[in-house]
Amino acid sequence: MKILILGAGQVGASVAESLVSEKNDVTVVDTDAERLKNLQNQFDLRTVAGNAAQPELLAEAGAADTDMLFAVTASDETNLVACKVGKTTFNIPTRIARLRSAWFQDHPELLADDCFAVSHAICPEQIVTEYIGKLIEFPEALQVAEFAGGRIDLVAVRAVEGGPMVLHPVRDLVDLLPRIDVKIAAIYRNDRPIDLVPDTVVQAGDEVFFVAASQHIREVMAEMRQMDRPVRRVIIAGGGNIGLRLARAIEAKLNVKVIETAKRRCEFLAGQLRSALVLNGDASNEDLLSDENVDETDLFVSVTNDDENNIMSALLAKRMGARRVIALVNRRAYGDLMQGGQIDIAISPAHTTLGSLLEYVRRGDVAAVHSLRRGRAEAIELVAHGDRKSSRVVGRAIRELDLPPGATIVGIIRKGEAIVAQRDDHVIETDDHLVVFLTQRRMIPKIEKLFEVSVGFF
Amino acid sequence: MSRPIPPSVRAGPPPRVIELALRVFPVVHVLAAAMLLFSPAFLVPLAFSLALRDGSHAAYGTGFLVTLVVGLFFFLATRGRHRRELQPRDGFLLVTLVWSVAPAFATIPLILSIPGLTFTDAYFETISGMTTTGATVLSGLDRLDPSINIWRSLLVWIGGMGIIVLAVAILPLLGVGGSQLFKAESPGCMKDNKLTPRIGDTAKGLWGVYFAITALCVLSLKLAGMTWIDAIVHSFSTMGLGGFSSHDDSLGYFKSPAIEAVIVFFMLVASLNFATHFLAVRRRSLRAYLADAEARRVMIWMVGSVLGIAAFLVARDVYPDFATALRHAAFNVVSIASTTGFASLDYAQWPIFAPIWMIFLSCFVTSSGSTGGGIKMIRAVLLFKQALREMTRIIHPRAVVPVKFGDQVIENNVIFAVLAFMLMWGGTIIAMSMLLMATGVDVITAVTAIIACVNNMGPGLGAVGPSTTFAVLTDFQTWVCTITMLLGRLELFTMLVLFTPAFWRK
Repeated sequence: MKILILGAGQVGASVAESLVSEKNDVTVVDTDAERLKNLQNQFDLRTVAGNAAQPELLAEAGAADTDMLFAVTASDETNLVACKVGKTTFNIPTRIARLRSAWFQDHPELLADDCFAVSHAICPEQIVTEYIGKLIEFPEALQVAEFAGGRIDLVAVRAVEGGPMVLHPVRDLVDLLPRIDVKIAAIYRNDRPIDLVPDTVVQAGDEVFFVAASQHIREVMAEMRQMDRPVRRVIIAGGGNIGLRLARAIEAKLNVKVIETAKRRCEFLAGQLRSALVLNGDASNEDLLSDENVDETDLFVSVTNDDENNIMSALLAKRMGARRVIALVNRRAYGDLMQGGQIDIAISPAHTTLGSLLEYVRRGDVAAVHSLRRGRAEAIELVAHGDRKSSRVVGRAIRELDLPPGATIVGIIRKGEAIVAQRDDHVIETDDHLVVFLTQRRMIPKIEKLFEVSVGFF
Repeated sequence: MSRPIPPSVRAGPPPRVIELALRVFPVVHVLAAAMLLFSPAFLVPLAFSLALRDGSHAAYGTGFLVTLVVGLFFFLATRGRHRRELQPRDGFLLVTLVWSVAPAFATIPLILSIPGLTFTDAYFETISGMTTTGATVLSGLDRLDPSINIWRSLLVWIGGMGIIVLAVAILPLLGVGGSQLFKAESPGCMKDNKLTPRIGDTAKGLWGVYFAITALCVLSLKLAGMTWIDAIVHSFSTMGLGGFSSHDDSLGYFKSPAIEAVIVFFMLVASLNFATHFLAVRRRSLRAYLADAEARRVMIWMVGSVLGIAAFLVARDVYPDFATALRHAAFNVVSIASTTGFASLDYAQWPIFAPIWMIFLSCFVTSSGSTGGGIKMIRAVLLFKQALREMTRIIHPRAVVPVKFGDQVIENNVIFAVLAFMLMWGGTIIAMSMLLMATGVDVITAVTAIIACVNNMGPGLGAVGPSTTFAVLTDFQTWVCTITMLLGRLELFTMLVLFTPAFWRK
């Protein structure tokens, strides 16, 4: 597939990386030639320097035969214009724009083909905010990914000594929770997936991925670790876009404090927020943190745009007694370094966003994609089409499928009803949505191929 | 080479008196125009007097002619080369002059038709009318010519018209006591949408609403059983939140729950921002009231206090049943809290908590942009929020806490203006009460009389309670009250700024 990416920022770069590794022809456009050079040195892609909204430049970048346009520059306006040009001048079939302003969500008519012609709009800040929001709702979880509009969830949780399942084989889960449908999708030990058989024993420190209906998540997590009390006091370090959105989303229910260094920004935040308390200061300042009772804080989230700052203030907060700390970390190396150590959760905004971008790239009929473990693994919701003859999936039980290694079918959504694939004798019907967990992303083409309908279907 | 000397230096500065006159002439010119506009008001009681043949018509005719001739004289005398554009600073002088000169002319019919009435008392009466206070020095109201009662309540009604425009359009321009935020702030939905772009059009729109509601009030009172004359007198008094009645017993004269209910309703209407009424009429939707953060609070305080006082009266065995208590509490509490000043009975006889609470309410339970007095709900709310902010700052020294009203962040300079206003308001009450006490008035009478005057509410307690009048005061004390009413109506600073030397410098 020929893909054009406008903007080589964090989102643009990580999309490019991910798409190149899946053997797509990627061209990246950005005004910053230096940044493009770095990107070109790292990955096998083409770069063009210049203003992404100019038709000549898009033509030079090969817009004429492009299959998909990602407009992910920092400016909403540039992205909108680029989509319009892409549609009108080059007739690019799929145009995805990153739009920060929440305003467009209220006015979908502006994104129609006769207006700005944006086929899909995404807002990374909003996605990250929702992601953190889920973690506040389930404070024990490392990650929560929704499928079928939130009916079933894929949850990552770290097993901790004292959890009833710890030191028990996986098959015991059915006995411990007889009335709940739950499927363990994968277990990571020391950052590596281990082969999952019914006799696999859950160890303390394991990262366990399981699938269950949303209302059962709590009970399942309680098997893996002791449950914390619900989050009540939250400190958000950094009042940027994400900090503001997050504070606004949770301030009605929780006690929220926002720490921001810039005085002017503080005044703006205080004007925007209703009950959250805005503090002017440095989140890595010990005195400020102790004045604000960081030791009684249930959750400390550092979301400034500086990785080092986020890590340091999160570490400091943890040291000073914050029950749980989350840091926004853009660089993958840092993220891998930090997660599971002093910092409970390191969130990579680029990879969090990646899932919603990849939905549009995947071949076949894909309903949702979630990037897991900072881009290493993936959970994907695929739609099965055809019949027993034309499809290699439909009409077969799960155990009969020729799944690539590391792939597990964990859930089926049939006619709006979510089934957790606890047993492997479910027979797949046409139009079923299948949730597939992949420990290795390079198996994605194989999965896509498996779900392709043979020509005879048409 | 010496440069030519500028002519002003050569001629020397003009004498101070002439300089002052040059400053004042344009203001006098506009003031004279305002008097010319005011003069037709005399024709209203004149018409009533002729129709009712009560014999006072000559008094109004005289008043009309004097106002017209004096107005015309000054209008023509200050015409021509002294004309210049008025500056915002001239507004202070102009507003103060209008509110003190018009009542002076308005005394003419009172002095001519009420034998033995001194100018001091007559001026108190007309100031009380035009500031929509409703305190009176007259007794034997029932025996007065009906046209005199029409005249008194007409002054309230005209004063109300003036206040609405003053509050919505003029004071915000002058920025008195933080009132610049009334305009931007009052109903939440007005933020992006000024009523109309021009002051003149805004005034016409607001007056249209005022007029329409008044007409509605007259009809309702007539239907509730008043005579036409009484209905008009009481409608004028109600809409201006003044409180002049044509009966010594005020609303107690009628002994009619229906009339009381109608008046309570219209007092509540008049204590809301007329800009909100205007929006509600124009958009034909009640949503404007929901969006008005002040209106909501006014209603909560009013309704809460009525229920609370009613329960209190039952608990203290003043009334045997809750229904009677509710009827009397509803009327008198709303009347005092809205700074109207009607009374359906002598509520001063209630246990002291009730009348004191009512007077307390009169200090702040009216909306900005209404015809009510006091410090206004918005200032009280800002003050309270400022106090909360200081407490938050003590606990969280690094916190950035803006004071908000609705969703709007209030600038610090507005908060300071409100604080200064409150200080002056408190200072005025203390100073003026001291003056009354120094001249021999007892403490309850002195303090409540001054609060009643500065809030433009009407009756106080003690010797100036609802069953008596301000006639017991000496001439000096009457003047103290007169000035207090003016100060309160013009939001203190409009008038006080005239007494600073800097105001008169170039």
